[in-house]
Amino acid sequence: MTHQIAHQATVASFSAMHLIAVCARSIRASLGNGAAKTEVLRGIDLRLPAGRWTSIVGPNGAGKSTLLKVLAGLLPHTGTVDLLGQPLHSLPNRTRARQLAWLGQNESSGDDLTVLDVAMLGRLPHQPWLAAPSAADHAAVEQALKATQAWDWRCRALGQLSGGERQRVLLARALAVQAQVLLMDEPLANLDPPHQADWLEVVQALVAEGKTVVSVLHEISMALHADELVVMTQGRVTHQGLCADVATHRALEAVFDNRIAIHALQGQWVAMPCAKGGSR
Amino acid sequence: MNLRRASFLAWALLGISLALVLLGVCVGSTGFENLVSPLLKPLQDADATAMARQIVWEIRLPRTLGAWAAGALLGLAGAVAQGLFRNPLADPYLLGSASGASLGVALALVAMGGGGGMLGGSMMNGGGMNNVAVSVFSSNVLVRLGLTGAAFAGAVLAVLLTLALSRGVQHTLRLLLAGVVVGVVLGAMTHMVLLFSPDSLQAMQAFMLGSTSFVGWTSFLLMAGVWGVCVIAGGLLGRVLDGLSLGESTAHSLGLPLAPLRITLVAVLALATGTAVAQTGLIAFVGLAAPHLVRSVIQCTHGRLIWVSSLMGGALLMGADTLARWLIAPQELPVGVLTAVLGGGYLLWLMHRGQANPSTAGGAA
Repeated sequence: MTHQIAHQATVASFSAMHLIAVCARSIRASLGNGAAKTEVLRGIDLRLPAGRWTSIVGPNGAGKSTLLKVLAGLLPHTGTVDLLGQPLHSLPNRTRARQLAWLGQNESSGDDLTVLDVAMLGRLPHQPWLAAPSAADHAAVEQALKATQAWDWRCRALGQLSGGERQRVLLARALAVQAQVLLMDEPLANLDPPHQADWLEVVQALVAEGKTVVSVLHEISMALHADELVVMTQGRVTHQGLCADVATHRALEAVFDNRIAIHALQGQWVAMPCAKGGSR
Repeated sequence: MNLRRASFLAWALLGISLALVLLGVCVGSTGFENLVSPLLKPLQDADATAMARQIVWEIRLPRTLGAWAAGALLGLAGAVAQGLFRNPLADPYLLGSASGASLGVALALVAMGGGGGMLGGSMMNGGGMNNVAVSVFSSNVLVRLGLTGAAFAGAVLAVLLTLALSRGVQHTLRLLLAGVVVGVVLGAMTHMVLLFSPDSLQAMQAFMLGSTSFVGWTSFLLMAGVWGVCVIAGGLLGRVLDGLSLGESTAHSLGLPLAPLRITLVAVLALATGTAVAQTGLIAFVGLAAPHLVRSVIQCTHGRLIWVSSLMGGALLMGADTLARWLIAPQELPVGVLTAVLGGGYLLWLMHRGQANPSTAGGAA
């Protein structure tokens, strides 16, 4: 517990001093093997601010999910990634796992595990190898499941849930880590609009606590709720800026071949689709 | 709730196993009455009582307990394999251990000068032990030790070959494919060895059908010891399998050192399967069916699944072994044939249930 408090204090002081949670330099990464090997990330430099929500957006095949995997240390790459000021590769597995939580796209899920079991897996980085879950683990899991409104079916098996319900449980698993940095790939998949709004509240609460959230989103209007936007296409970052900036809007429209237009609606930015060759 | 159901199932399986031990001791070629009356009235006929004691203590009890231990090892290995490969159709022999053990036995039989076809004959005679010809389940200690050792060495070497071909354990799919390739190639090599040594064919067939006929106290104690080690290791590694069930990337992001943990899981799998195969031959379907049967009753973590599947495997094989001795008594069926027929029937039933009610089949299959 003392170690945990000291760690949290270190992280909090780091955030205040440096203000950069994740820093990537000259990132190149490929997918596939042999002749089928394709370079997906072609030299990416990125600085993601601490205590903020950054959304990564771009057309299909831009390399968004691959970039997120690289930032999580899950994919071989060239270049360097720093997490909270330290080289990611130099961090021990469990230390990295306590500082950085990752929610993947289309995570395969253990159908036989109960909701509670799945959420408790998020506490693995905090638990000694042979120890049973502590009171703090139970409290963190309860808090995470309540935040995603999955607490009521905590005893049900994952295989008995719908796609949206399952996604909420997996989100709770990522929240239960209580990491300083959360990386989420398509977290809104299968969620209906009310639960998308709930997810938004969860993210805003995390940011209010000083946590850093990085998400890959296809729902551009949801992504425009973020503090910052990273715009990608063809394995490169074409723009990084505040969501409210007009320059960010133009960069976003450009990577989608001007097939979308960003408008203000009731105090919020929304992306509207445009007809091919049509005007805004 | 789930913990209570898992505990209830575990205790129920232990109770069933205990009942089957009593039943297994009573069933056999000598018959129930010929055993019970001398044991109950020891002063009436001293020779008959000594014979009855010998049959119970030296043959039936170790054999019955051995069947439980072999089944428990296969049930445990099945749960580990299905968790490791994240595939409900994975069975303990998937890493090539069965083919490796077969090749080891075939080579040993050839080296020892061919088989006498003893097992086939002994089965037809109701499991008589007076024949010491070179055979998979011979009562001759040296022959037995050689063949058991060859089976175990073959199983372990096959798994090592699979690991070498898959270049480690990092990629589940590569491991799975390498296991299939090793299985096919070693299977073909076994058939080639047998082609040049037709004398070994009958003994080899006995090994491939599986039998618990000649499991003695030494074999049982060996299997029980290995089971103890594997079930503790498997139980401790259950969390790793839970993490892996959410995908490799998620497991890695949770800070699990996947490579060393996977190697340990493969070692548990190889040790459990190799030991069971070396003592009882290739017994089909127990490793595949036991975890499915458990999952059809309870949803639980892999730690609990490994324990309960192990108990289920033990009860299944002990039940099948007792049935094999009783069905055509005084003769007996190879227990592997029985488990294959019952296991195949179970899978067909599962498919039928899946068509009738897809939601329930999802949980089981």
